[in-house]
Amino acid sequence: MEKEFTSVSIPTSLYKKIEEKIKGTDISSVSSYVAKVLRESLAREQDNKEVFTPEEEEKIKERLKALGYID
Amino acid sequence: MISPHGGKLINRFLEEDERQKVLEEIDRLPSLTLDPDLISDVENIATGVYSPLVGFMNRSDLDSVLQNMRLADDLPWTMPIVLDVDRQTADRLKIGERVTLRSEDGQPVAVLNIEDKYTYDKEQFALRVYGTTDLKHPGVARLSAMKEFLLGGKLEVVNLIPTPFDRYRLTPRETRLLFREKGWKTVVGFQTRNTPHLGHEYVQKTALTFTDGLFINPVIGRKKRGDFKDEVILAAYEELIKHYYLKDRAVMAILKMEMRYAGPREAIHHAIIRKNFGCTHIIIGRDHAGVGNYYPPYAAQEIFEQFPDLGIVPLFFTSFFFCRQCQSVENEKTCPHDRSMHVEFSGTRIREMLVKGEVPPPELMRPEVARVILSFEQPFND
Repeated sequence: MEKEFTSVSIPTSLYKKIEEKIKGTDISSVSSYVAKVLRESLAREQDNKEVFTPEEEEKIKERLKALGYID
Repeated sequence: MISPHGGKLINRFLEEDERQKVLEEIDRLPSLTLDPDLISDVENIATGVYSPLVGFMNRSDLDSVLQNMRLADDLPWTMPIVLDVDRQTADRLKIGERVTLRSEDGQPVAVLNIEDKYTYDKEQFALRVYGTTDLKHPGVARLSAMKEFLLGGKLEVVNLIPTPFDRYRLTPRETRLLFREKGWKTVVGFQTRNTPHLGHEYVQKTALTFTDGLFINPVIGRKKRGDFKDEVILAAYEELIKHYYLKDRAVMAILKMEMRYAGPREAIHHAIIRKNFGCTHIIIGRDHAGVGNYYPPYAAQEIFEQFPDLGIVPLFFTSFFFCRQCQSVENEKTCPHDRSMHVEFSGTRIREMLVKGEVPPPELMRPEVARVILSFEQPFND
């Protein structure tokens, strides 16, 4: 079974900076902070590559018009 | 346009030539009959409402959802989407086998490619998802009636089951194009299972002040005794939108889905679904998706802190009321007057009036909406 956590190396100076930053906050560990920030960053990087083909777009527009959603 | 959850809008409907091939084999496959709630799950997987899910959950995803509120690949996901079967069925079916999923009237809806077959711990499931094992909780009651094995695997969907409300039924691909046609870059979603009172209108319009469009998304499906009937909710909202909203700023479409009443976890689930519909924001009020007193009143807002990567922005509303001094809907940050001047938006009180055939006062409900509700002989589920 795959392990739930794995190790990643970061510079000690950065670790200490984060340790100082999270003192007195709800964040329980440097690992928690790093996971939170990386998740945020990955989510922001997600591009929307969604494309409608002309046929699909026409079909959807016809339905939306028929239902009164667009003129 | 906001990305679908997981980056890709799922479509599990087969193209017509593949669909015909599957329909030819479908009667030769073993068959499972699904209740309407599971059929809704199949359809929501099919149309991308549940993106990135492509089928019912395997054990690895279920365990991760229960333990971490994330899928096995770390994507936020809080509600199990599972297919239960009894032991006899589980013994009969093999991993790698294909099985036809049918509605209760025998119509084929999809083929499931079985990738996993497993047992699960109901008590842990209840505690993790609902925070309780109390059988009076509707979600726990539903869980306790589930069969003891689960099947996981991808779906190939061949049919949607019609509803009486298909005039309001849009897929995420359709809502995304609709929002684009309207010129909306930001869209706030509003989840509801009730007819609208002035408090609902207040939060919707407050949110709409900061976004381009409002997507009113009533949940249609199995609800509790005493809930408003689906047709009443839709008619009431049609009337409200007609008289009190700009046509270019508000649209309504249904979400066909079972309410689980899982409070905080379900609030995240609802946010993910509206993200898939194309909403950039979602309104989350007091005790969202709650029932009784199972969840602290703002737990469904606080849980969002655990998901900085959710993508859709929650707009939190706390308490609001009509102030007789202000002569408007206000909240605890905007109104300086004594509580004796406040009229609370009590669903119970509004329901009592409507049951008696009374039109609620205009500070609680728009008269046009009240008249529409009262035009139904029996507006509530028995």
